[in-house]
Amino acid sequence: MVDLTPHGAGPISAAEVAEVELYHPHGWWTKYVFSQDAKVIAIQYAGTATAIGLVALVLSWLMRLKLGFPDTFASITPDTYYQFMTMHGMIMVIYLLTALFLGGFGNYLIPLMVGARDMVFPYVNMLSFWIYLLAVLVLAGSFFAPGGPTGAGWTLYPPQAITSGTPGGQDWGIILMLVSLILFIVGFTMGGLNYVVTVLQGRTRGMTLMRLPLTVWGIFTATVMALLAFPALFVACVMMLFDRVIGSSFFMPAIVEMGTNPLPHDGGSPIMFQHLFWFFGHPEVYIVALPAFGIVSDLISTHARKNIFGYRMMVWAIIGIGALSFVVWAHHMYVSGMHPYFGFFFATTTLIIAIPTAIKVYNWVLTLWRGDIHLTIPMLFALAFIVTFVNGGLTGLFLGNVVVDVPLAQTMFVVAHFHMVMGVAPILVVFGAIYHWYPKVTGRMLNEAMGRFHFWVTFLGAYLIFFPMHYVGLVGVPRRYPEIGDTAFVPPSVHTLNEFITIAALVVGFAQMVFLFNLLWSIRHGRPAGDNPWRATTLEWQTAGTPPPHGNFGKELPVVYRWAYDYSVPGASEDFIPQNDPRPRTQGGSA
Amino acid sequence: MSAIVIFLALIAAVVGWWLSHQRLMSKPWLEAGPVTAFPETEASLMHPAKIGLGVFLAVVGTLFALLISAYFMRMVYADWQPAPVPKILWLNTAMLVLASIALQGAVSAAHKGQPDNLRLALLIGALASVAFLGGQLLAWRDFAAEGYFATENPATSFFYLLTAMHGLHIIGGLVALGRVNFRAWQSARSETLVLPTELCAMYWHVLLVVWVVLFCVLMGWAADLIDICRGLLT
Ligand code: HEM
Ligand SMILES: [Cu+2]
Repeated sequence: MVDLTPHGAGPISAAEVAEVELYHPHGWWTKYVFSQDAKVIAIQYAGTATAIGLVALVLSWLMRLKLGFPDTFASITPDTYYQFMTMHGMIMVIYLLTALFLGGFGNYLIPLMVGARDMVFPYVNMLSFWIYLLAVLVLAGSFFAPGGPTGAGWTLYPPQAITSGTPGGQDWGIILMLVSLILFIVGFTMGGLNYVVTVLQGRTRGMTLMRLPLTVWGIFTATVMALLAFPALFVACVMMLFDRVIGSSFFMPAIVEMGTNPLPHDGGSPIMFQHLFWFFGHPEVYIVALPAFGIVSDLISTHARKNIFGYRMMVWAIIGIGALSFVVWAHHMYVSGMHPYFGFFFATTTLIIAIPTAIKVYNWVLTLWRGDIHLTIPMLFALAFIVTFVNGGLTGLFLGNVVVDVPLAQTMFVVAHFHMVMGVAPILVVFGAIYHWYPKVTGRMLNEAMGRFHFWVTFLGAYLIFFPMHYVGLVGVPRRYPEIGDTAFVPPSVHTLNEFITIAALVVGFAQMVFLFNLLWSIRHGRPAGDNPWRATTLEWQTAGTPPPHGNFGKELPVVYRWAYDYSVPGASEDFIPQNDPRPRTQGGSA
Repeated sequence: MSAIVIFLALIAAVVGWWLSHQRLMSKPWLEAGPVTAFPETEASLMHPAKIGLGVFLAVVGTLFALLISAYFMRMVYADWQPAPVPKILWLNTAMLVLASIALQGAVSAAHKGQPDNLRLALLIGALASVAFLGGQLLAWRDFAAEGYFATENPATSFFYLLTAMHGLHIIGGLVALGRVNFRAWQSARSETLVLPTELCAMYWHVLLVVWVVLFCVLMGWAADLIDICRGLLT
């Protein structure tokens, strides 16, 4: 073992690191509302994302109620169903998960974990949140606009997205959706610049890239991807807005509406929209997944008291996935008709992505292997994530094949698959992460009993919802159909299953209310957590106080001497050595 | 989607080059201790604002590469009729070149500590950019006067879209440049303005490059070039 600690070297003076100018709040407003402190911005992001996420959750109940009990809920017409579906999908993917992982966790954890006092551009960071909030308000406003929100499906494919047969197509719905997305992207870009540059330039002394916790690697790479992928959605939205508002023909072919009413468009290319959309849409899957991967790695390592297995490979895999996911977008377009060679290319790259992903799964399992596993709530969620992810990954391999994808493409099988991989799996990580970092944010632990109840109902419930749904899809029930009626190929068991799934969805939804209650209740009544309740190594647990004060660390920034995973080091007197502990490994942690 | 793929390949090359200096092959678990042994892996000494602007310009580049990709994708359809591009664009291009040169002059004035030259150069840069924007508006007016409205034909729609997008970026830059101008006239100390001036110059140079590329696309030269390349390949 090469211990590079020089004999008797004192701590390196932090003065060598260029201090970032800190903005100091003066009153209540600048401290809690128009705050430039990344920790406050993080909570604002997370709160807003949760609020709009609840709307999406309620929409999913309404859809499930319609699917399970079509006659009782006859008041939900196909049009309303489409609107619910569109808003549910869009909110969940973008306004909840993306915002929560990058704006929420990114803002809170990046400065703390890399040892910075704040983000490098605090003012821009604050603007980022307010623009995000505006985007959310515009989106929510579309529920109250004449004609209601858009019902175009979360992919917003033209031409139908802006024709009058689609709810909101010729009303305000689609316009508000596009404007809201454009705002979101502008706001995100402002935040994203901060996350990237803070990782590049805000690292404290000794925090080399290869000493970054994987959480930071995940969020960092996802942000870079998002910065490069969101412009595609931006372009698509702007051009669609042109088509809709001034009647240009970027995407719109010549079309006659309702048999009589020719629209002003001519010759546009809907396929072009699909290219742009999926150029964003596929990386988006990994923009959500990479932070989840990173966070899970840290949860597992901390709660199994073991160093992460294959740290280097984990980093390479994150980078590899990030790069590859830009060259696979067209696998969503197998059914749109393309040259078979292209189909082959995209199918190959898609399957290649499975390699780094599989490496990550092996490494998690190997980290757990013979670890000192503490079944804390964050650990439970992390384990649940791995199981779910493997599951979803297997069905994904089916869909990555052109031959298999074509018949399954528009069935509930796909819905079940992507809910497993991009819905349930990341949400499990979000929960695990909240249970893990809540003590740092508030100074108190979340209630254990409520937490365990929440975990088991959510985990088992998610399987009760989405497992049967695979079967429903395999017998051929199409997606995006509010009711299937008495169709010959649909056996009666499907109807029973649909009712069952609906009830399961309601129960899982109820468990989330318990969780929200726990969040509020524990702020006052939780057990005091202390500075480092999980006995973790990373810098956010070594702050001067909990919750960390403005400026994060005390007078001096911490100096980093080791990687983030020195758990259970043989010979050390404690089973963890913080990253800023200067002593050589064998003495680390001794009193 | 070829334009964007090429652009991303460029970005990937830069990122790859940078990553190759970060000791990704090292084994961090064996290397406890101060990192003085590998100083180059720490945060670089460049000012964060410069790096931030660099990243932002990469995003801007992506945006325009995507717009150009869309342009090429759309132009193969039968209804595409390119319209003659207004002549005034030549003059506008010259204005933007002038702005870039002026800002480069401002950078060297700021470095040398010549406040008068700095003020003058910054002012020329800003005025030339305003002239560019005015010229673009005139181009729109001429274009519309000849009957080419935004909905006339996809080629004209793209003309308005691309110029508008680029113009908006210039307007955004002018806000920053306006502030730098203001500060330059207020205080005689030019050293505090070195960084902001450099940032403005960097932004303007990149937007100039973007404009030249857009100009080639709008003039149809880019398409010709692609045809020639195709011809050479087959
Ligand atoms: C309890 C949790 C959830 C339930 C019960 C649920 C239920 C549903 C239902 C019934 C649909 C419509 C399927 C159809 O008719 O085609 C749907 C669509 C969708 N959901 Fe969820 N969902 C849940 C959570 C999530 C999460 C966490 C995400 C985040 C990624 C998500 C993303 C989507 C997307 C992208 C669509 C597709 C919308 C479209 O087809 O345009 N869902 N969901
Ligand atoms: Cu994909």
